[in-house]
Amino acid sequence: MADQAEVYEEQNVHEVYQQIAGHFSATRYKPWPIVEKFLQGLTPGSVGLDVGCGNGKNLQVNRDVFIVASDRSENLAKIAVQHQPHSAVVADILHLPHRDAHFDFAVCIAVVHHMSTPARRIEAIAEILRTIRRGSDTQPGGRILIYAWALEQKNSRRGWDKGDSQDLMVPWVRRAKPGSGEEDQTFHRYYHLYESGELERDIEQAGGVVVESGYEKDNWWAIATHKHDS
Amino acid sequence: MKVITANFVTCAVKECKTSAASFPLHFHDAELEQQELDFQPEFIRNVLPRVDWDSLRITANELGFPSLPETKPEGDALNEEQTLKDLHRLLLETQVIEGKLVCGNCGHQPWMLPPSETPNHVFNAVRGGSKKKEKKRA
Repeated sequence: MADQAEVYEEQNVHEVYQQIAGHFSATRYKPWPIVEKFLQGLTPGSVGLDVGCGNGKNLQVNRDVFIVASDRSENLAKIAVQHQPHSAVVADILHLPHRDAHFDFAVCIAVVHHMSTPARRIEAIAEILRTIRRGSDTQPGGRILIYAWALEQKNSRRGWDKGDSQDLMVPWVRRAKPGSGEEDQTFHRYYHLYESGELERDIEQAGGVVVESGYEKDNWWAIATHKHDS
Repeated sequence: MKVITANFVTCAVKECKTSAASFPLHFHDAELEQQELDFQPEFIRNVLPRVDWDSLRITANELGFPSLPETKPEGDALNEEQTLKDLHRLLLETQVIEGKLVCGNCGHQPWMLPPSETPNHVFNAVRGGSKKKEKKRA
């Protein structure tokens, strides 16, 4: 079953991002306000992760911290690697190449909604939590910021809302250059749209505690830490 | 891959994480390149406390920089511009552009791209990252 989901995501998420990386990157340049605020609020010298970094747009926010960014798409990681002083590597969210309980923070923006089963979404969050510093009496634990696409977005271009299907294929159209003789190409990516309260539930099940959460730009977001240090 | 990055990655294999032998990963046949970057003394000063110095010494040694001091520069030493510049050069400007990174526990070699394929070298920590190539060949 897990293997099936893996193959499914390979075809319906990873391969698509490999194909659309350049075009996707050209349309993603501005970090979202909550992400910006979270990253700007970090203590200088903090070391953290950007899991599913895409083209690395969130690596532009703070040059006083060090971020090891990763993406499953090699083509996107290669674009992200240019943002100094940070780093980018190719990695799988369920098998992050990082030590336990080591990092001050992690962001995972618009990524877990690409995992195709509830168990894998929870496992992904648990894997990020694993890498974060545990808290102590003198120091709070590391924090993670997670974003996922919302089901409730009736004012968006897509127009989905409560009651609609949560699992769907979302088209990405790559327009051919006018006069190039090529045809437009449409790619489909798998998404699980999060309903109100679902991200918080997944975080709890993954062993985390939600510190703060909300809704921004058609996405649900949550800041979380480990259960045992609040 | 920057030298500093090696200080913050380990084997992607779950079972290896509990083994001390999985960190740091070991460079084999590494080819290096210097990439000039803006010198931010504050960055070096602030990030240094988060660097695992013993592991950095191992990595530096494997890459042919055997002269790192035994203990991490602290206090006044961090006000010496030359010390910070040296660390900047090693941690951020020294890039491993080709070679293998080997886990001391499982022997798995996260795979790195040969420079001819791309100008931007990314460390690939996905297990079976080279499997896909085999699939295509078949």
